[in-house]
Amino acid sequence: MSHVAKSRGRSGFIAGFLIVPLALYLTFVIWPYVQTFGYSFTNWTGQSPTFDFVGLENYQALLKDEVFLSAIWHNLLLLVFVPVVTILLALFFAFMVNAGGRGAAGGVKGVRGSAFYKIVYFFPQVLSLTILAVLFGAVYRSDEGGLLNGVLTKVGLVDASEPIEWLNEPDLVLWCLLLVVVWHGVGFYLVLFSAAMQSVPKDIYEAALLDGAGRGQTFFKVTLPLLWDSVQTSAVYLGIVAMDMFVLVSTMTSGQFGGGPDHHSEVMATVLMRNFLYLGKSGYACAMGVVMLVLTMILSIITLRATRRERIEF
Amino acid sequence: MTTESTVIKAPGEAAAERAGGSGRTGEQERRRSDGTVLNVFSHGFLAVWAILIVLPLIWLVLGSFKTDAQIGGSALSWPANWHFDAFGRAWDKGIGDYFTNTLIVMVFSVPLTMLFGSMAAYVLARYPFRGNRLVYYFFVSGAMFPVFLALVPLFFMVKRFDMLNTYHGLILVYVAYSMPFTVFFMHSFFRTLPTAVHEAAVIDGASHTRIFFQVMLPMAKPGLISVGIFNTLGQWNQYILPAVLMQPQSSSDPERYMLTQGLVQLQYQMGYETDLPVLFAGVTIAMIPMLVVYLSFQRQIQAGLTSATLK
Repeated sequence: MSHVAKSRGRSGFIAGFLIVPLALYLTFVIWPYVQTFGYSFTNWTGQSPTFDFVGLENYQALLKDEVFLSAIWHNLLLLVFVPVVTILLALFFAFMVNAGGRGAAGGVKGVRGSAFYKIVYFFPQVLSLTILAVLFGAVYRSDEGGLLNGVLTKVGLVDASEPIEWLNEPDLVLWCLLLVVVWHGVGFYLVLFSAAMQSVPKDIYEAALLDGAGRGQTFFKVTLPLLWDSVQTSAVYLGIVAMDMFVLVSTMTSGQFGGGPDHHSEVMATVLMRNFLYLGKSGYACAMGVVMLVLTMILSIITLRATRRERIEF
Repeated sequence: MTTESTVIKAPGEAAAERAGGSGRTGEQERRRSDGTVLNVFSHGFLAVWAILIVLPLIWLVLGSFKTDAQIGGSALSWPANWHFDAFGRAWDKGIGDYFTNTLIVMVFSVPLTMLFGSMAAYVLARYPFRGNRLVYYFFVSGAMFPVFLALVPLFFMVKRFDMLNTYHGLILVYVAYSMPFTVFFMHSFFRTLPTAVHEAAVIDGASHTRIFFQVMLPMAKPGLISVGIFNTLGQWNQYILPAVLMQPQSSSDPERYMLTQGLVQLQYQMGYETDLPVLFAGVTIAMIPMLVVYLSFQRQIQAGLTSATLK
């Protein structure tokens, strides 16, 4: 910074530029975050202006709240399967798109129409989750009017008289929701991985080829290690998606704020919202928010640690 | 991109030829057929997934031309007639209003997000002062917390300001919640800009504010576009914040639902009224602008969203 810049109204300028963003951010983001911790130690209902300090009572109650515990379990299941399935499919398709072409000497070459595939695959990403919820609500309809049941009946896999109630089957509902998330995310991560694959210098592939590596070997020994950074970032992002799930669960499954049938699709966010807006247990809901935060933090750290590899510069 | 290397020999092939050797042709033959098998294989898989993406969407759009009985009857029925009246009913049922509401909010929230986010990011990136790093980490740390953590007190905060179910309330909340990411991204962008131009402007006697608006902001345009796309999509598709903050507060308080809320509302309503074509038409209407914008700015959107994630 030159000497001139330091003069005339520098500090006034800095303050002037920071004051509004900082004020908004403090008021609507930071302060509520801080308050959540405070309220989580109270029996506040949200309706009455008064409340008592109850210590760790809310947290103790949470440990015995079977609905919330099952919600944590569902979040953990999703946390494992959402990133794994999405990333594997995205990597597979990204490799197909970028290296599946009819390469003359087995070189790396995109398939014909790779641009088209990328456009189609990515599109779900720009749709809102509520659009997806309505769409898949219709796809999973419990009678022949649902796309899935309709198609399966047509090919004879499902008996027309007893169609599968996808979202009402306790054992199916969570996996149905998982498929929606995967459907939504694969294209995005495909584009992400493609960009990373294309930034790998071609001569690395050629060197592998000259050494006699096949396509499978090229993928596992060359491409994947070079993409590891992107894979890691994706795992963290998808983990955050799996910890949320509020929109899909609350709009697609039965019950107040979803979670049905019989709490088989409950996630932490839906239990929190029900306690806050429906049951009037704001303090208790705040304690759930804190638990969500702690779990999210722990899991991000675990993901980053568990997937840590030596970074390869190229 | 796909055609050129079929004509021109790939460098790899040329190298392989130079390398010579006795088993060369046999090896190449094996590779070639290997390539063909893989090619058919990959096209197969890619096509299946493409169909899995497109088919449900087309099926949904077709649904808006069917009758309610047809939708309930068989999924594979074909629309009997191509009337657009379900679209008209969906628009009257509120989709039109929800659209307008969302637009009103976005017209203010996105530019304000970009303005305030860049202002803070610029000062933090270019003006060293005591506590600079602290303020920066303070801003960025917000991106790590789930929004649910703040939801309960946020509701009462907005209520205290008397801004529940108001456009300006939601606009301010959107701007505030977009800050962490916008500051983070623009901060790293401003750091990459050359300092020479800035210093030249200082010597010419331009004020700090003027340098920001007339020199630095135009130079940061590529970054602004990326974050702009990210924020626009994020705010357009936001559901949880309006679901909590945009509920009518009394019987005289009109509905000011966002489009995402409106669709959920429509889904409940049409479930009772058994007029599912209206629901499908509503979703189609909500999808059309996204499709148009996506197809026109496809490259920028893909690049913007993915680069935003990797930063």
